[in-house]
Amino acid sequence: MSILIYAEHDNKHLKSETHKLVTAATQLGDDIHILVAGLDCAAVAEQAATIAGVKRVMLADNPAYAHQLAENTADLVLDIAEGYTHILAAATTTGKNFMPRVAALLDVVQLSDIIGIESQDTFVRPIYAGNAIATVQSSDAVKVVTVRASAFDAAQEGDSVSVETLATVIENTQVTFESDEMTKSDRPELTAADIVISGGRGMKDGEHFAMLERIADQLGAAVGASRAAVDAGFVPNDMQVGQTGKIVAPQLYIAVGISGAIQHLAGMKDSKVIVAINKDPEAPIFQVADYGLVADLFDALPEIESALGS
Amino acid sequence: MKILVPVKRVIDYNVKVRVKSDQSDVDLTNAKMAMNPFCEIAVEEAVRLKEKGIATEIVAVSIGPKACQEQIRNAMALGADRGIHVECETFPESLQVAKILARLVEQESPGLVIIGKQAIDSDNNQTGQMLAALTKMPQATFASAVEVEGDDSLKVTREIDGGLQTLKLSMPAVVSTDLRLNEPRYAKLPDIMKAKRKPLAVMSTDELGVDITPRVTTLKVTPPPARSAGVKVETVAELMAKLREEAKVIS
Ligand SMILES: Cc1cc2nc3c(=O)[nH]c(=O)nc-3n(C[C@H](O)[C@H](O)[C@H](O)COP(=O)(O)OP(=O)(O)OC[C@H]3O[C@@H](n4cnc5c(N)ncnc54)[C@H](O)[C@@H]3O)c2cc1C
Ligand SMILES: Nc1ncnc2c1ncn2[C@@H]1O[C@H](COP(=O)(O)O)[C@@H](O)[C@H]1O
Repeated sequence: MSILIYAEHDNKHLKSETHKLVTAATQLGDDIHILVAGLDCAAVAEQAATIAGVKRVMLADNPAYAHQLAENTADLVLDIAEGYTHILAAATTTGKNFMPRVAALLDVVQLSDIIGIESQDTFVRPIYAGNAIATVQSSDAVKVVTVRASAFDAAQEGDSVSVETLATVIENTQVTFESDEMTKSDRPELTAADIVISGGRGMKDGEHFAMLERIADQLGAAVGASRAAVDAGFVPNDMQVGQTGKIVAPQLYIAVGISGAIQHLAGMKDSKVIVAINKDPEAPIFQVADYGLVADLFDALPEIESALGS
Repeated sequence: MKILVPVKRVIDYNVKVRVKSDQSDVDLTNAKMAMNPFCEIAVEEAVRLKEKGIATEIVAVSIGPKACQEQIRNAMALGADRGIHVECETFPESLQVAKILARLVEQESPGLVIIGKQAIDSDNNQTGQMLAALTKMPQATFASAVEVEGDDSLKVTREIDGGLQTLKLSMPAVVSTDLRLNEPRYAKLPDIMKAKRKPLAVMSTDELGVDITPRVTTLKVTPPPARSAGVKVETVAELMAKLREEAKVIS
C-alpha cells in the first residue's frame, strides 16, 4: 500500500488537517508520501517532513499552484499518481474542489468526507446531513478519498525526511485567478479550535457578534455562525458551520441564538460538550445540548463575559 | 447561449431520514421528495441569465427513476425551456452521472452548465468537478456570484474556507452553486400549467453508452451515535460552574 496525501496549507503554514490525514493514512499502510503544491511554500514542505510516519515529501513550488486552482492541482496529482493505491486530501474547499477531477480522470469513484477506515477498501462516511452513517466498499483499483479531518487525531512530530522538488508545471489557460478576499482574524481557525462559540439569527445583526468575539478572546475560542447569520450578512461565509459549511468537533461548542436545524447539527454534533443558549425552550438545539440555558442572549452574554473576566 | 442544468430528485431538506431496521439503507418510503436545494439555486441562476438576455435556452436534466420527471417539470415551471430525463431504475453514482452529463454536453453544446455543489442525500460534492474534468471545461465550484462578460468569458466568485476567491473562466464552463448565489423563486400556478406542455425527452443510459453498474457497495447504513439532551441550567453562574467543574472544558 502506497498512500499519497495532498497537504493543506496557505503557502506559509501547514494546516493541522494534514497531521490528521497522516493518522488516517497509517490505518491503510506505512508507505506514506505527502505532496505540497503552492508558491513559495518550501517552509510548508519542511513542516510536512517532520510528521511521524511520513516517508517522503514532494514539493511543487510554482506560480501555477499558488491558488490551488482545481485544474492545475488535479493534473499535478495525476502526473505523480502512478503506483499509489490511495490518494487522500482533506474535505476542505480545496480538497473538494480538485479531488473529484483526479477521480474522474483516473476513472474511479471518489469517496467523500470519510470519518472512519475499516480496511483498505472499506470506509465509513456520513450521508443525509449525518442522519445516517454508511459503510461503503469500493472495487476500484485506486481509492480517491477526501477525509473529514475532525474525525481523526493529529499525528505526532517525528524525525525529518528530506524534501524532493518536483519540476512539473501544469498550467491551464482556461481559468485564471483574479482576486481573493480573505477573512482576517487573530483567533484560532474554526476547524482547529478547542472551543467554538457560534451565533445565529438570534444575534440580530453583525455588530452584536462583538459580544461573541469578546468571549471567544477570553476562552481562546474560534467564532462560527449558522447559515441564517451568514445569509443575513452578519458575518462572512467562511464562518458557516453545518452540512454545507464547516464541520467542527471541538471540546466545547457554544450555540447562541441558533435554533438547531438538522443542517446546522450536521456540522457540530460531534463536539464533546455542547452548550445552547436560546430564549425558546422548545428550540431543537436543546435536544443535543449537554447544558441548555433558556435565556435572552443579550442578558446571558454580558454575564458570561464578566464571569470569565473575574 | 444555451445553459444545461442538472437537477436531482432528493428527499425534502426538512425531512429527517431514518435508517431501515435491517441496516440496508435509509427508509424513503412515503418520504416527501423535492428538487435538491442547490439545484433550485442553479435553475434560478439560469433563469436570471435568460431574463438578462444572456441565455437563450435552458435545458433541465434529471437522471434516475421515472419520478424524476416531477423535478424536471418543476424546473420547467421555474423557467427551463425543455427537459431531458435519463431514465434508470436507481440513482447512478456521481461519476456515472458525470459521464452521462458529459454525453449530453457533447450533444447539446451548452455555453454553461450550472450544477448544484452537493446533493443533500449523498453529500458527495463531486459531480460538477468530474463533469468539468471529463469534458475539459474549466470549473468554478461553490459560486456566490456569476457574471458573464461578453460571449466567451465568465467571472465567478467562490466561497472558500478562508473567504472568497474570484476566478475568470473561458466558456463553455461548469459552475457549481453555493447557498448565497441567489434566492430561488417559487413556481406560479399558470407556469406550472404551462410546464406540462414543454418538451421532455426520455433517454436510456444504454443509448448514451454509459455503464451504470455500481462500483461502490454499501455494506451497511446505521443511525449516527445518539446524542441525548443533557440538563437545563437556570443561570449563567450555574452554567459556568458546570463547565468548569463537571465538564472541565474551561478553566
Ligand atoms: C441545502 C441547505 C443547506 C443548509 N446548510 C446549512 C449549514 O451548513 N449550516 C447552517 O447553520 N444552516 C444550514 N442550512 C439552514 C438551516 O436549515 C437553518 O435555516 C439555519 O441553520 C437556521 O439558522 P438559525 O438557527 O441561526 O436561525 P433560526 O432558525 O431563525 O433560529 C434563531 C434562533 O434564535 C433564537 N433567538 C432569537 N432571539 C434570541 C434572543 N434574544 N436570545 C436567545 N435566543 C434568541 C430563536 O429562539 C431561534 O431558536 C441549510 C439549509 C439548506 C436548505
Ligand atoms: N441523478 C442526478 N440527476 C441530475 N443531476 C444530478 C444527479 N446526481 C447529481 N446531480 C447533479 O450534481 C450535483 C452534485 O451532486 P453530488 O456530486 O452527487 O453531490 C447535484 O446538485 C445535481 O445538480
